[in-house]
Amino acid sequence: MTITLNHFSAALVFSIFASIVFGITHRDNAREMVRYGLYCFVMFLGGVFVAGWAMWLLRR
Amino acid sequence: MANTTTDKAKMAEAAPLTAMGVIAPAIGWLIPGAGHMIQKRWIRGVLLFISIVTLFLLGLAMQGRIYKANGGDILDILGFVGDVGAGALYILTVAQDWGQGAIAFATADYGTKFMIVAGLLNFIAMADAYHIAIGKKK
Repeated sequence: MTITLNHFSAALVFSIFASIVFGITHRDNAREMVRYGLYCFVMFLGGVFVAGWAMWLLRR
Repeated sequence: MANTTTDKAKMAEAAPLTAMGVIAPAIGWLIPGAGHMIQKRWIRGVLLFISIVTLFLLGLAMQGRIYKANGGDILDILGFVGDVGAGALYILTVAQDWGQGAIAFATADYGTKFMIVAGLLNFIAMADAYHIAIGKKK
C-alpha cells in the first residue's frame, strides 16, 4: 500500500504528531502539555509558511 | 560554592538507581509509549504510541527508505541512528526487508524522514519515561 502526500500534507501530519510528543515530554501537567503542544504546532506550521515564502523570494 | 554542593545533593537525591529507571526507558525504546504505560501514565503512553507508530508506518507507506547499520558517510550513519530509535518497529522492518525506498515516488524522501523522526521522537519519549521513573517529573 502506497500513500502519496503532497508537501503541505506531509508537513501538516509531521507537525501534528511531533507537537503531540513535544507537548507530552516537555511539560509537567496536562494543561501545560496541551498549551505547549499547540504552541509547537503553530510554530511548525508557521515555519512551513515562512520557509515557503522565503524560497519564493529567493527564486524570484 | 554552597549552592553547587546543595544542587549536587538535590540531583543525587532525585536520581536514585532503580529497576524502573532502567526498565522504563528500555521498554519505551522497544515499544513507543510503553515506558509511560508501565508507570501508569496511560494517556501519555497511548498518545506517544499512536504518534510515533503512525509517523513510522506513514513513512513506510510513503515508500521511505530504512537505514541499516553502516560505515558509510555521516548522513547514512545518522539516518541509522534515527531509525533504530523506533525499536521494535525498526527490528520488524529490517527483518521483513521493508523500507527499500523508491526513487520513483517524489514523496519517498518524506517517508524516509518520517521514519527517522519517529525514531528520534522515541528517544525523547524514552528520556521522559526515565525522568518519570527517577522522580524528576510527575
